Amino acid sequence: MKRRQWLGWAGAGALMPGWLSGCTTPLSASRAKVVVVGGGFGGATAAKYVRMWSDYGIEVTLVEPNPRFVSCPLSNLVISQVSDMDDITLSYSTLVKRHGVTLVPERATAIDADKRIVRLAGGGELPYDRLILSPGVDFMWETLPGMATQAARNKVLHAWKAGPQTLALRQQLKDMPNGGVYAIAVPLAPYRCSPAPYERACLVADYFTRVKPRSKVLILDANEDVLSKTAFFKGAWRTRYPDIVEYRPGQALSDVDAASNTLKLEFGGEIKAQVLNVVPPMRAADIAYQSGLATANQRWCEVDFLTFESKAIPHIHVLGDAIQIAPMMAKSGHMANQHGKVCAAAVVALLSGQSPNSTPIYNNTCYSFISKDEAIHVASVHVYDPATLTMQPVHGAGGLSRLPNEVEARAARAWGLSIWADTLS
Amino acid sequence: MVLCLGGWAAGASANDVQGRNMAAACSGCHGTYQGAHDGVAPLAGGSKDDFVRRMQDYKTGRKQANLMHQLAKGYTDAQIEQLGSYFASLKK
Repeated sequence: MKRRQWLGWAGAGALMPGWLSGCTTPLSASRAKVVVVGGGFGGATAAKYVRMWSDYGIEVTLVEPNPRFVSCPLSNLVISQVSDMDDITLSYSTLVKRHGVTLVPERATAIDADKRIVRLAGGGELPYDRLILSPGVDFMWETLPGMATQAARNKVLHAWKAGPQTLALRQQLKDMPNGGVYAIAVPLAPYRCSPAPYERACLVADYFTRVKPRSKVLILDANEDVLSKTAFFKGAWRTRYPDIVEYRPGQALSDVDAASNTLKLEFGGEIKAQVLNVVPPMRAADIAYQSGLATANQRWCEVDFLTFESKAIPHIHVLGDAIQIAPMMAKSGHMANQHGKVCAAAVVALLSGQSPNSTPIYNNTCYSFISKDEAIHVASVHVYDPATLTMQPVHGAGGLSRLPNEVEARAARAWGLSIWADTLS
Repeated sequence: MVLCLGGWAAGASANDVQGRNMAAACSGCHGTYQGAHDGVAPLAGGSKDDFVRRMQDYKTGRKQANLMHQLAKGYTDAQIEQLGSYFASLKK
């Protein structure tokens, strides 16, 4: 059956509830095709929930070249030698076996929006009725000319996409002599997971305290202040790591000389360190950018927050870190998981001839470790506001931890287990 | 519902779909459909009254939690009732 024919049937069904009320097979939904590009927190969640909420009627194909899911949240514990890669690596097999998602282990290279086709690196094509794009971020390397070569990128790591770079940075820190300097460069907001550079600084400092106490952590922040959980991070650096961590705000990079391990600062000056960790400025990942979806500053994809449908191209939904965020909305794995469910509900509704939910409400919960045994959180609730046509934080809700503690660290690890299960199984 | 979508909610009203959508936001921590982990309250199949009482305790400040007293303040009384009904309708 062709797509338009199917939509016709769904429309007819709306007029004949009696005819459909006794159905056991959602015959119409069984013909709709949803393609999901990107198997991170947003895409994997959307794939699972479209299947669940269509009573396993809508066909869902997930395009993800990585063989396993590797979690960015909790990956700073791997970098700081507390956890192992196995602790943050999960299989896609439950999505396939339990939920009937078709997994295509390839890279999506292009979208033909007129024909509604996703093109794959191997030459294949996937037709869709609705495309859910959760591609994450790519780096704006053009802002750092010295990072143009692969050799430079192999040496000066970002470790901002959990995977091989997570392990490589862990190894660089392990190899660094006691008394060395680890320098992390933080880009101007917005970027993926705003507290993560500060958490990483804490956890690396904690590792140095344990293993190589004469070493230093230098944070060069392009922003004028710590962007999240500010008092907690600054408090930890002042009281727990006073001889290890140095924080310098307003220090944007102009370039990197990887060969000499040198960071060049926008307002003059150079910094040499034994281990450089450059988090480059970022934007929506290439496939979104190249498809003309990144309409906000040529960086982020603008969406309708009721459906996550792109404002630029119909039938394409964009979610996760690639979107132009609503006010006070984090670019986080937790938030991408929430996007995935709102988008899934909307896609199922739209493919069934129904109206999407007009009042989505969801939350963000974000833990950061300030040592290997203690964590803090920030939480918020977001609701759709019809006056401003976007998600707004609920006034009076949300907040921060009272103090960093071990209870929060246990909660952070439990959060990881829960959200991985919600996303993947 | 026009179509038979959503197996567990077959024959459900539009309100239940809204309940389902709201409840899904809790699942990231509470494992709504898979079961909760270490120290996190399970929600599926519990008593509605118990859920509403706990949420109202957090919302009004009668009880403090690590985090839930902050999130509970984001929900109206009607939303808390609706969530309670939805969770109570799920199997444990």
